[in-house]
Parts: sequence; structure tokens; C-alpha cells
Amino acid sequence: MRDEIRFLLGDEERRISDIDPTMTVLNYLRREERLTGTKEGCAEGDCGACTVVLGELSDGAMRYRAVNACIQFLPTLNGKQLLTVEHLKAADGAPHPVQTAMVEAHGSQCGFCTPGFVMSMVALQAEGGAMDRGRIDDALAGNLCRCTGYGPIIEAARKMGPSQALKGGPLDRDSIAERLAAIGPDGALALVSDGTRYFAPTSIDDLSQLLGDYPEACLLAGATDVGLWVTKQHRRLDPVIYLGAIDDLKRLTITNGELEIGAGVTYEDALEAIAEHAPDLGELIRRIGSRQIRNAGTIGGNIANGSPIGDMPPALIALDARLVLRRGENSREIPLEDFFIAYGKQDLEPGEFVEKVRVPLSQAGRLRCYKISKRFDQDITAVLGAFNLSVTNGRLQSARICFGGMAATPKRARACEAALIGKPWNEITLAAARDALTEEFQPISDMRASADYRLSVARNLLTKAFIETTQAETQTRLIGPGALALDSADGGTRV
Amino acid sequence: MFEAQTFTSARIQGGVREKLPHDSGAKHVTGEAFYIDDIVEPLGCLHVVAAKSTIAHGRIIKLNVSQAREAPGVACVLTATDIPGQNDVSPTGTNDDPCLADGVVHFQGQPLFAVAAETIEQARAAIGLAEVEIEPLDAILTIEDALAKKSFVLDPHTMRRGEPDSALETAPKRLKGRIEIGGQDHFYLEGQVSLAIPGEDGDVLVHCSTQHPSEVQHNVAKVLGRPDNAVTVEVRRMGGGFGGKETQASQWAALAALAAVKTGRAAKMRLDRDDDMIMTGKRHDFLADYDVGFGEDGVIQGLAIDMAARCGFSADLSGAIVDRAMFHADNCYYLDNVEITAHRCRTNTVSNTAFRGFGGPQGMVVIERVIEAIARALGLDPLEVRRRNLYGGPGRDVTPYHMTVEDNVADQLIDELSASARYVERRAEIETFNAKSLILKRGIALTPVKFGISFTTTFLNQAGALIHVYTDGSVHLNHGGTEMGQGLFIKVAQVVAEEFQIDLDRIKISATNTGKVPNTSATAASSGSDMNGMAALAAARTIRERLVAFAARRFGVAESDVTFRANRVRAGDHELSFAELVKLAYLDRVQLSATGFYRTPKIQYDRETASGRPFYYFAYGAAVTEVAIDTLTGESKVLAVDILHDVGKSLNPVIDLGQVEGGFIQGMGWLTTEELFWNNEGRLATHAPSTYKIPTCGDRPEHFTVTLWERGENVEETIHRSKAVGEPPLMLAISVPHAISDAISSLSGGRLLANLDMPATPERVLAAVEDTRARESTT
Repeated sequence: MRDEIRFLLGDEERRISDIDPTMTVLNYLRREERLTGTKEGCAEGDCGACTVVLGELSDGAMRYRAVNACIQFLPTLNGKQLLTVEHLKAADGAPHPVQTAMVEAHGSQCGFCTPGFVMSMVALQAEGGAMDRGRIDDALAGNLCRCTGYGPIIEAARKMGPSQALKGGPLDRDSIAERLAAIGPDGALALVSDGTRYFAPTSIDDLSQLLGDYPEACLLAGATDVGLWVTKQHRRLDPVIYLGAIDDLKRLTITNGELEIGAGVTYEDALEAIAEHAPDLGELIRRIGSRQIRNAGTIGGNIANGSPIGDMPPALIALDARLVLRRGENSREIPLEDFFIAYGKQDLEPGEFVEKVRVPLSQAGRLRCYKISKRFDQDITAVLGAFNLSVTNGRLQSARICFGGMAATPKRARACEAALIGKPWNEITLAAARDALTEEFQPISDMRASADYRLSVARNLLTKAFIETTQAETQTRLIGPGALALDSADGGTRV
Repeated sequence: MFEAQTFTSARIQGGVREKLPHDSGAKHVTGEAFYIDDIVEPLGCLHVVAAKSTIAHGRIIKLNVSQAREAPGVACVLTATDIPGQNDVSPTGTNDDPCLADGVVHFQGQPLFAVAAETIEQARAAIGLAEVEIEPLDAILTIEDALAKKSFVLDPHTMRRGEPDSALETAPKRLKGRIEIGGQDHFYLEGQVSLAIPGEDGDVLVHCSTQHPSEVQHNVAKVLGRPDNAVTVEVRRMGGGFGGKETQASQWAALAALAAVKTGRAAKMRLDRDDDMIMTGKRHDFLADYDVGFGEDGVIQGLAIDMAARCGFSADLSGAIVDRAMFHADNCYYLDNVEITAHRCRTNTVSNTAFRGFGGPQGMVVIERVIEAIARALGLDPLEVRRRNLYGGPGRDVTPYHMTVEDNVADQLIDELSASARYVERRAEIETFNAKSLILKRGIALTPVKFGISFTTTFLNQAGALIHVYTDGSVHLNHGGTEMGQGLFIKVAQVVAEEFQIDLDRIKISATNTGKVPNTSATAASSGSDMNGMAALAAARTIRERLVAFAARRFGVAESDVTFRANRVRAGDHELSFAELVKLAYLDRVQLSATGFYRTPKIQYDRETASGRPFYYFAYGAAVTEVAIDTLTGESKVLAVDILHDVGKSLNPVIDLGQVEGGFIQGMGWLTTEELFWNNEGRLATHAPSTYKIPTCGDRPEHFTVTLWERGENVEETIHRSKAVGEPPLMLAISVPHAISDAISSLSGGRLLANLDMPATPERVLAAVEDTRARESTT
């Protein structure tokens, strides 16, 4: 087990041991390395001005992901390459094609968000393939620009061209891959510095043992929430146990019609497999956070966090998902919905952790999810409705319905389900089931929505599910697959 | 000794009207452009953090900071009693903006004291060690409450023309209504930041992210109790401003300067995003009532508007901001008999401030709502009612403030845009769609903009510039305007390049600095290029005239025979490079440095009688927006936008285009997703991007057409006949909520006005949908 962090900053190796393990990558860059191209816009992973790219070895080749430097802790760079806007120029000083495209398209005005956009675009470019608007929006939803209105940036993304193979320097995939292999992958790590203990185990057994030793430890996965405890609440975390070095937690498998998602699987890594089986759940994941957040955040974290407005639990509960919990040598499996006991309280013993979630796929195709928020992309949900309805010969055979944002936990709509099951799927049943929702939910008012709106929209989402399951020809979606589109959506002109 | 330069191009590189990228573009994309927080910190630089009040209104019973003073890393703690000068950073002499709370707190988030420490973390930790007790007092939080209690920061003000009372009485039709309009956070990506470096004699240099270096200078000097000449303020660029760094930068500059002067060490104060959103002012939210009388043809015969703005705890710029709302309550429409009254409400919330449009957008939202109300009542297309009420020619060309509109082009823009955007055909398509679509409804709206250009406070319409020509022919350009991303610096540089007929790369753009050009006005009111361009032109012309006189003398020709061509100067039969001429002039002891000054002509305004000519000219534009709404959830999506905007003869069309489309999207955010939410204790709950939602990439519709009006030309003698472009396009986005309300009205066959307040969040849209359905079922 190492006691120092090793990573590549561009193409320079760094070995660091005497640093607060909860120092953010952004503060490290700006304060320790004086690389000031990466900016702080919000310190909560929402604006993207701090976007950097992480290079990692994946099956021997380089894989690049954009993340928010402002909420990632420095030790999570272990075994990786950190690329910032300063690393993009060619050896002769020539700008990177993404940088050139941005200048030529007039993609910067005040320029403060620009390095973050450039890094997101570099990561998008590295994925390859044709750049359509949907891909561009998804890659850039986590980068806020207040000046341009995005048009020139979209144009730059369309014109940036494919990623080019480079020889030498931080962007030379082959040589960097060799260097990372030499440094060693994200191996076991134990740091004690500045009064904070930080552990990065590499196996589930080691994790289990560490948690036995430190049952109060803060578990760190994508840092998309834990990072904010440091940057926003200014809390000191100790000890911290990082889950990202445990390969066994990152497995996503499908066996016998069941999807098994390790607690360390990121949203982005799960997106494609889930979208294939449950299109609506795929669209829901696409709208969780931003690309940077989905590259870091995990489905396990979204569950274990216990938030009443996490997006995954309602959808997974509607699919009758089960949770595998581990403590020491022992595992237990519970229905996901039983995990959420009350606000801030989950069915989790000291030293116990979420190991994986099991999702039956047989009903996944019919799942309907509706996420309601003020903004379509990268917003926290006001109300999430997940509907798993089985209709045969016009009659509801089964119904599992779960809401987020309607109670202190993700909550099944049991009275509503009871009003549906066995009934003919018509407007009379719908009206009764809508009334049941009014009876069983007492949502709160806050800055995202009022209680009245939450209840109205929850009832209306049931109506939407009714229309979608009974009148397939009716258009009901503003975004996502099958959304209303104009024939004139031609890109427009700017002259 | 002269460089043998050969210039082949007949035209310089980088003159006016060229489509040049932002001068810092290449540095933006590489991260090499320095913002204040990127400047190398002097050794031992301190970091300043302010403690915030958790009470909206109260008396400070106890403030004991002794433990904070002893905390690790702390260099000094600043309270109101530590201020050597005046504890005030108010911009207009109202003396109601304490730098640090003294005795009474006026809003949640008001700075109580500040800590300067080695690190920002140490400063934050020390803040928690202070003992603070505040006895709560009754807090006024809303406009309604302030109106009921007559709590105002300034007196109400009225504009009046004609006989509105009798016109309302006699009009064939009469309608009354109310609209609520939310505020808006600037959400510049770079938060407020100042770095103060102490000098000798108690002087201080402040690097400050501000649109108004002169005012920051004055306020820092005032707080320090020093003359203005002890303080120098510099800003190379801001990471966005939008009005939020006009008056709101002073407080942090003053606290940093105070810490620097007290400790003899450099001190930086950078607000993190939450502090920035909690502690600095925003766009004013408004409540407006209207009472309109009109004919069967939809032409307005009489109108009374009563507006109230939430100003927060102090006046700040609310006087002029609310005035501008009144000045724009006509938008493009002739109002024969009109009375516009506005109240400036004092509330226990952060003091609201300038924001792109400066009250104008709120005034325009009101009149556009009036227009739509008339259209719905008469069963007319709102565009038709707009057309019938436009300003037009003698008899229909005087504003509510008695200024004659001489440059109206709104009618032409509307005609061209409605044709190019196929307004009529699309409305028909939408009606067909809506008839068949159960859940999703589409809507369309065309709204015009007429925006008055000039500071309505007449004396502010002045600007200065300073130009040096060095002996190698390179030029140093400085002026009082500040660069916040809008492209002011490149535009002014293009003006100077054109005047000297030299390539743009010979001109060095330099940071705005109060030591170079003094007593400047804020870079605000869209006036940056108009005024600083003219001032720089004047400075360049002075030097050019000296060069012409010298060349005539040197080569024995008439001055009229001296001509400047691309990088060359010809004097009779002699031709030499600009650099060569400059060198010769230097040797002949010709002064190669000059200041330039500009004062906007023709304007005057008497606020007592609310009459005069506050604006040099008007900027115009129009937009067509199409949306779809989900009648089950209230969600909406902008499907298509078509814009035609008049920037006169553009100094730089790509820069102007960026202002137009960027302004539109910012306005769209204000009117749709950007909701500021205060709880009932006056706490702002939306103080970070996780909860406050500005538009993202995906919110820009795929069909987005922006056209700069080809026929545009300023009738006034502005800089190269261009028009101001900073603010006007924001108001093109008023077409967005009108397209939404059009979609909602479709539920009533277009007969009922949607009672839609701003911003049109899903919640407000759904409420308006349900309200429209309820009214429809009872009629």
C-alpha cells in the first residue's frame, strides 16, 4: 500500500504525500501548481469553469473523461493523468484544434468559462464520431456560459474536427499510456496528512475491513456530493475511504434478465446498457447532473446518499430493484424501497455499505419516468414520477409507482397503485387513482416548487402515463426520444 | 534607420466594420487571459472573508471579535469601528450603503465584519469564533408589504402626457390587470474580486473586477478617509459584468484596501459563488398594475401604469433604474394619454442594482402584456395590435416623457422579420397543430424593442481616452471603458486603427486605469463603444492632425495634400510608412500623446417635469419566438427563434452578433428558468447554480436565426454611424413568455389572456394553464 499519490500532470509525473487529502484538484492546480487557466465559478460542480480532463488506462488504451476539478479531491488522481487547458498547445506553441475552432467561431466573450468549455470539448472530441447537436448538448450541459448564448460554441464543436494523433507531449496517447502503466494503476493508498486520514482500498474485502475499523468513515465515490461538504459546508472529513480504486465495485453485468450494478459504477458507464433495456431510465440518467457529474458520480452513491430528490431510487423502486448491503463478511439483500426509512435515515448498520443494486429487466422496457425541474438539463428534480404499469386487455395487471420529491424519502404510491390494480385502464380509474395520490402525499414547498404544484404535477404525470399507455399517437414529450420537433430545426443562420 | 516596411494591401488589417474576433479570444481559449484571481499574488497576500448577518432586520446587541482576532493565520479583523473614513459605499451620495453593518442590519447576508487571514480557509474558520447577537426587528420583505407600509428608498415619480383619466373614462373598451416580474442574478462566471496592494504614503492600488473603476476609486478613498488621488483602480478584463459590477464592486474593493492599508500586506477579497449571490444586488423584481382604454381597433386611447420595484435596503441606482423602467413602458408604442407612476420600495433584502437593460426590460414587459391583453379581448392577433399602436410620423411620435421619436424603424423591422420568419404561415400551422394535439400546445409571438441610448443622468454621458504613439509607430490605447467580454476594447481599437490607417496589431489594448483616464463613467447603459470610441477617435485625431501639420511642414505641401493610407502616409509626392513619419515627428519635437474627450450632444432632461430628450437615439430590434408547452406539467421549450436587430453600421458585426444572441438567451433565462426564491425570513434560497438555473447549451433552440439589419444606420452622428448593442437585445427575449402565453391562450381559442407571471417556470405556466381552463369552462 502506497503512502503517496502518483499521477501525471500533463506529461510530468507528480508524487505527493504531504497534502490535505480533501484538497480539491482545483485548489491544487491554482495554488500549488499556479496553473490558473482552470477557474472557480461555483465550487459545487455546476458551472463547469473548472472542467479538467482525466486520462486513464482502460484495457491498455487511454480513455478521457471530463470532470469538475472543484469537487474532486487530489488523491483521486492517483494513477491517472490530469489534463488542463495549459496542456493543449502543441510543442511548437500552436493552439489545439478545439482552441482554434473556438476562436474562429467567436466562442468566447468574457472568456472566464472558456477553458472549461475547451476541456469538455476536448473530451468530447476524444470520444470520436460525428458531432450532432444532441451529443454536443450532452457534453456541454455542465458548462455554463453567461455571454454567448451558446451558438458560437455549438458551431465550434461542430467544426473542431476529429481528435488527432499526436507525438510527444501530454496528448500523445501511446506514450502517456506507457507512462501510466509504469506509474501503476489506481492502487491501494493510505495517506495521513494535515490531520486527515485517507484510504483507497482496492478490493471489497479490504473495504469491508477498513469500514470495520472505521465505521464512521466518510465513503467517497464520485465526490459529486461529498465534495460539496468540503467546498460549501467547509466540513473537515476524517477518515475518508475512497471507493474508486475497487474494480469489483465497478462491474455492470446482465445475467438471467437481471441487471447488476456495482456501487462504484458511474452514471455514464451505466447509461448505455440501461438505455438499451429501459429507454426512459436512460433518458432520465442523461438528465442527471452534467457529463462531468455523470463521469464521476455513481448510481450507488445516488442511492446510499439517501436524498429524497435523488433521481435513481424512484425509478429503480418502480422496477422492484433490490439492494445488496455488505458488512464485514456478511451480505444481505433488501428491496430498495425498504432502504429509505426516513429523511436522512437509511437501513444501513455502522460499518455496512452498499455493494450493488439488482434490477429485474423484464419490466424495464415499459417503465415511464418523468423528471420535472425548472431547467431540462443539469437541474435537481422538483418531482420525479416513475410508473411501471402492466396493461393487458385494457386492464391493469400490476402497477408499481414511485415518486421523488414528494416526501422525505423516495416513496411508493401504494394507495394509487391499489386504485389501479385489477381495474380497467380508463378515465374513471384514472380519476380515482389521481385522488389517491392527493390522499397519500403531503409534499413540502421549497425553492424548487410549491407543495400545490408538486401534487398537481404528480397527479398530472399519472394522466400522462395514462395517455401514453392508451393513446400511443398522442405527442406528450417536449424532450428526449420521441419529443416534438420542428421541421424548421435547421440550425438557423447568424449573419 | 527606418524599417523598410512594404505594405501591399490597400486596406489596413483591422479597421472598422471588419469581422474580427475578440482581442483576447486566443488567450481565453488557452487560459492565458488573466482575471484578478489569476494575478500573481504578492508575497504574504491576505485573504478577506466577510461574516454575514443571519437576520433580515435587527439591532446588533453584541459583536465580539476578540477570539477571531486570535485565530490561526488571522492578520486583522475589520468592524465598522475600524473604518477610518466614511462607512459608506453608496454610488449616488445617498449615504445608505454601509461597508460593514453599524448598529443595525438591513438584510440577511449583510456583512457584519471581515477577517483577513493567510488563507481563505483560516479566514472562514475565524469568522465562526465571533460572538454575534442581533435583536430581530420587523422585516419588510415583499413589494406588497413595502407598498402597504409606504416603505420607499426614494420618492414615487410620475410621467404624464395628455389626459389619461378622461381618456380612460371615454374609451370604448377598458381593461385592468396586474403582472409580477421576477428579478435576476447576474451570474457572471467570475465572481466579485479585488486585490489591493498597499503603497507608500497610505496609497493603495486596487485590481478590481469592476465596470466602474472611478466609482470604486471614490468609494475606496471615502472608506479609507483619503483623497481620491491616493487610490488607483485598474481592471484589464472582467469575467462578465452585466451591470453587476457597476456599483457592487466597491464594497469588496474597500474591504480589501482597508485590510491592505491596515496590515501593510496585499489583501484579496474574492466572494465565492454563494457569498456573491447572497451579498450582492440583482435585477429588480417588479409588480405592475395597468389600466388601459382602447378602441375596437385595438389602438390605445388612454393608459395608466403603476409600477413598484423592490429596491432592497438602500437606494443604490434604483432611482435611475426605475426611471428607465418608466422610460420604456411605451416600448415601440405611441401612447396618447398616459400616466406612468413608479414606487421604489425599501425592503430588508439585498440592495438591487443595475442589470443589462437597467429597468427597461421590466417596463417593456408591462406594455407588451397590455398589448396582449387588448389583443385577447378583441380576438385579434397580438402582432396586429402591436402594429396598430406603433409610433409613426407627426402626431404619433411623442413619448410619455415628451421626446420626439425621430428615428423609428420598428415598423420596417417588424415587416421584414414577420415575412422572413413566416409569421403568418407559422401561426396557421400552429393552430392546426394545437387543434389536434391534446397535451402539447405551441405558441408564437413577435415582439419589438425600442431602447433609449444614453445615461438618463445627463452628466454621465462623458468619456475620456489617452493615446500614445511610440517612436516605432506602435500605439498604446487607453480609455475609461472596461472590458467585460462585450468586445469594447477591440471595437475602440478598430476605431483608432481606422483613424491612423494602421493595422490593428500595431495597437496595444491596455487595462482601464484611473491613473490614466480619470473621472470616468461606468461602462454601462450600452454606451461603451459610443462614448469611448468617440473619445479615442478624438485623441487619435489630435495626434493625426499634429502629424499632418508636421508632414505638410516637413515636405512643403499643403495639409490637404497629406493623406493617410494603409500603414502609409503620403505628403504630396513623398510617401513613407506611418512609423517613419512618427519617428521624424518625434525628432522634430511633435507631441505624440493626446487625450480625447467626448460628451454626447443634444441630450437634456428635466426630471421635475419629466420631459426632455434623455436619449441621443434609439436602438431597435424584433424577434419571433415559437415555443411548445406541456399542459400537464407546465414545462416549456423554445423551438425556434428569429431575430432582426438594428446595430446601425456595425463597428464589428461578429462582436455585435454575439451581443445580440447572448443578450437574447440571457433575457430568455430571466423570463423562464431563472427564479430567485426568498423564504419568509428573507433568506435567499437560490444562491448557487445548483438552485438558480441560467440557460444551458440545450436551451438554445436548433433553429436560431440572427440577422443584423442591413439597412441599419444611425441617423445621429455616432461613432461611424453604429448603434449601441449591449442591452437592447436582451429585451428581444420578451417574445419568449409571449409565445408561452400564446400557447396557453390556445386553450381558449386565443380569447383569454394567460395570467402568466415572470419568470414563466413550469409551476407558473401550469398555474396559468389551469386558470385559463377554469375561466374557459365558466364562459
